[in-house]
Amino acid sequence: MIAGISIYEILTVTSILFFIGVYGFITRKNLISILMSVELILNASVINFVVINKYLYPDILQGVYFSIFIIAVAAAETALAVSIIINLYRQIASVEVKDTETMKY
Amino acid sequence: MEKIIFYILALIMIVFAIASVTSKKMLRSVIYLLFVLCGIAGIYFLIDYNFLAAIQLTVYAGGIIVLIIFSVVLVHHIEMELELAKRSKQLLVGLACLVGLGIFLTTIYSHEFNVVEYSVTTTTEDIGLGLLSYETGGFILPFEVISVLLLASMIGAIVIAKGKKLTDKNDTTL
Repeated sequence: MIAGISIYEILTVTSILFFIGVYGFITRKNLISILMSVELILNASVINFVVINKYLYPDILQGVYFSIFIIAVAAAETALAVSIIINLYRQIASVEVKDTETMKY
Repeated sequence: MEKIIFYILALIMIVFAIASVTSKKMLRSVIYLLFVLCGIAGIYFLIDYNFLAAIQLTVYAGGIIVLIIFSVVLVHHIEMELELAKRSKQLLVGLACLVGLGIFLTTIYSHEFNVVEYSVTTTTEDIGLGLLSYETGGFILPFEVISVLLLASMIGAIVIAKGKKLTDKNDTTL
């Protein structure tokens, strides 16, 4: 644990990060920007796992394992999303959300 | 000392996260995201999970950011400006996020956490043994599943990004 810092302060910071990610997810109109906002949301939740593990149950490591798995899934998701975006750009020459209609069929 | 470092890190993370979701320049917004991720790695260092901080730096700052930068450079002109949402929509979403944040914070601050006062240093060996243990509380099954998932996503990314043969419709336009 961090000396002098209570769990409430860290959870406050991660909540703020989470909602900044939600804000970006809703207001952005570009697929890559939306992907970046998703990364912010995922990272905020990963910090929550780690901090709660460290402050409440330092003897076991379940939070660390879960955060490792979340990071691995996020890496896989980003690789797939980037490949889909590049393929989409090749077909419709745009990565704006409003132009993305061809994936429906 | 650690307190000051934590506050500086928190300030850096929040400021750059806001800059990242509001910046009009695409590449700059990716770099701001990189600063946020490095700040998160700093928090992991502060709470003494060095292995996790190393993972964060290599996978996120080294891998994902580079992937996103590549896709930005492949897809956009560097100088292209993003179109922003309408002002009314921005205000509405900002308000909704503030309300949600308020609900989160009241829930967090009204909950009594049973914080323990001692601290245990975790070595990488502990994490590795736990991941590979098949006894109660071991994580061998998710570990194997995640390796299959990574292989599948790698193959999927290659197949998707390679693209299929051009259809007849595209043949006439190209």
